[in-house]
Amino acid sequence: MTEMSKIETPALLHEVTEFLWTEADILDGKRYDEWLDLWTEDGLYIMPMGDGEDYANQVNLCYDNAKMRRDRVGRFQAGFSISSAPPALTVRTISRIVIDRIEGDEIHVRAAEHVIEDKFGRQRQWAGNAFYTLRRGERGFKLHRKIVKLLNSDGMLNSFSYLF
Amino acid sequence: MSLDTAKFSDLDALYSTDAKVATQMYEDPGLFAEEMEKIFKKTWVWVAHESEFPDKGSFRLSHVGLEPVIVVRDRKGAIHVMVNRCRHRAATVCEVKKGKTSSFQCPYHGWGYGLDGSLRALPYPEQYGDDFDKAQHGLLKLRTEAYNGMVFATFNEDAEPLVDFLGPEVCRYIDLFMKQGGGFPVKVLGEHQFAVPMNWKVQLENTTDAYHFPIVHKSFMQTLDAQTTDLFDFLDKGKGWVEDLGNGHSIMMMMPEREDLDDHLDDPIEDRFEELAAEIRAEGYDEAQVRKIVRAVGGAGFNLNLFPNVSFSLSFLRVLTPKSVEQTEIRHIALGMEGGPQAANQARIRLHEHFQGPMGFGSPDDAEVWERVQRGTKGGEELPILVNRGLVDEVPGVMGPRGHISAETGMRAAYEMWKRMMSND
Repeated sequence: MTEMSKIETPALLHEVTEFLWTEADILDGKRYDEWLDLWTEDGLYIMPMGDGEDYANQVNLCYDNAKMRRDRVGRFQAGFSISSAPPALTVRTISRIVIDRIEGDEIHVRAAEHVIEDKFGRQRQWAGNAFYTLRRGERGFKLHRKIVKLLNSDGMLNSFSYLF
Repeated sequence: MSLDTAKFSDLDALYSTDAKVATQMYEDPGLFAEEMEKIFKKTWVWVAHESEFPDKGSFRLSHVGLEPVIVVRDRKGAIHVMVNRCRHRAATVCEVKKGKTSSFQCPYHGWGYGLDGSLRALPYPEQYGDDFDKAQHGLLKLRTEAYNGMVFATFNEDAEPLVDFLGPEVCRYIDLFMKQGGGFPVKVLGEHQFAVPMNWKVQLENTTDAYHFPIVHKSFMQTLDAQTTDLFDFLDKGKGWVEDLGNGHSIMMMMPEREDLDDHLDDPIEDRFEELAAEIRAEGYDEAQVRKIVRAVGGAGFNLNLFPNVSFSLSFLRVLTPKSVEQTEIRHIALGMEGGPQAANQARIRLHEHFQGPMGFGSPDDAEVWERVQRGTKGGEELPILVNRGLVDEVPGVMGPRGHISAETGMRAAYEMWKRMMSND
């Protein structure tokens, strides 16, 4: 682990923030092909339920490897998923960004996420804690792990036609 | 409450003999209140699977209709279902969804109840006088019976025994469904919960409705491999059927070759499960066991809908809880193998996540059409909702009529039962 004190944290935080905001902008814009390109091939996008952390062995809201991410995006884009055509509109805020630690070329970041969705003239809002593992590549960061824990994730939710 | 009001006295107008459902069936708050009294407080309502509270003292919260209940196993292993309401001033005595305890204590004035609901102690009892009888002040208990791990409760002391309410065919299909334990006990692995702005009967109609599957679930189908797509092509192949099993229950047999998972064990392992089979072999299981487990991972070949609130769907349980006339909560419960290979349970979980829940490739599309039904009924109130599909070529089945796989026979079974229960005083 690299000593945090030896890192230019303000500069890194700025760089990380810019990346997370770009991803948020891509998701709100539903530019999903661009979003797929943000990932490492062996990356995992997980939305767990409850407090458990053994994601492979528990029921999650989603547990997406590269194939599932592509299939999910395909579903959103093909136009015959009735819940995604039209999809809910979203506006999200990513804030309270904290760099937890750095291990080799991996940066572990957490942030608050707040999503407002609008569909059928009705707005709903969701809040969650997002945990990212970013890998530094030749052309900037890649998402290697993204884990979004919604508040009340094991409680009563609704269907989502978008990503967090 | 009685049905003597003019509004609901004509049940034939609400569900006609030619299988048309009146719009107000989804919309009328007064009718909803009657349903809660005449159906949900009168019949067997599913509350839990035994694996959700396996040990002495373990419990989970549930509902019987609108009423919050605690399902608990006492020190002797007996199951109790009781209303989650202190007998003193009505506070809930438990707000933990699931857990283990030795007693329930009201947080307001400290009344304490045993695992069987009996009132054990209350602070400073003197002011209630000498004739206060603790035996009369236990938590309100429901009749509770279980069949093959499925726990049901009812407020109705006169209800027929659970097995009679289910009937022989339903019991047979439950036994077949539970074979997806692959030789291990079936265990709840987790659940998704989501709320949909719809009347509960919109969901009741859905689980044995094959007609919607290729339309609503086209985007799910597109993510399947060719072999699995073929498996789910039950509407075109038309080998299956849908059948009224009596008392409002129905079955949709989609894949007859998967009716009994102990059959066809010598067939080649499906391509999609070859990797899984290798992993299970690597865990030390012999070939016969591997085949049995792998076949079980794919789930049963049918959906079984039990009136009024639970269904068995391929590999999971779907539970509906009515909240108001236009609001229903849905649970999709993932099932696995207690003590079975980890790889098999992981595969079951990934299959569950693929289709079910708020982020699944199936549930959001179901939820959307259910909500669309509720939104659509705001218009053209005089128009009936049609559940008459397949009446033309129904044949007698074992208990009731049997129709084409895409027939609305299951809905008619449910509405006949609805009418029977709603006509009782």
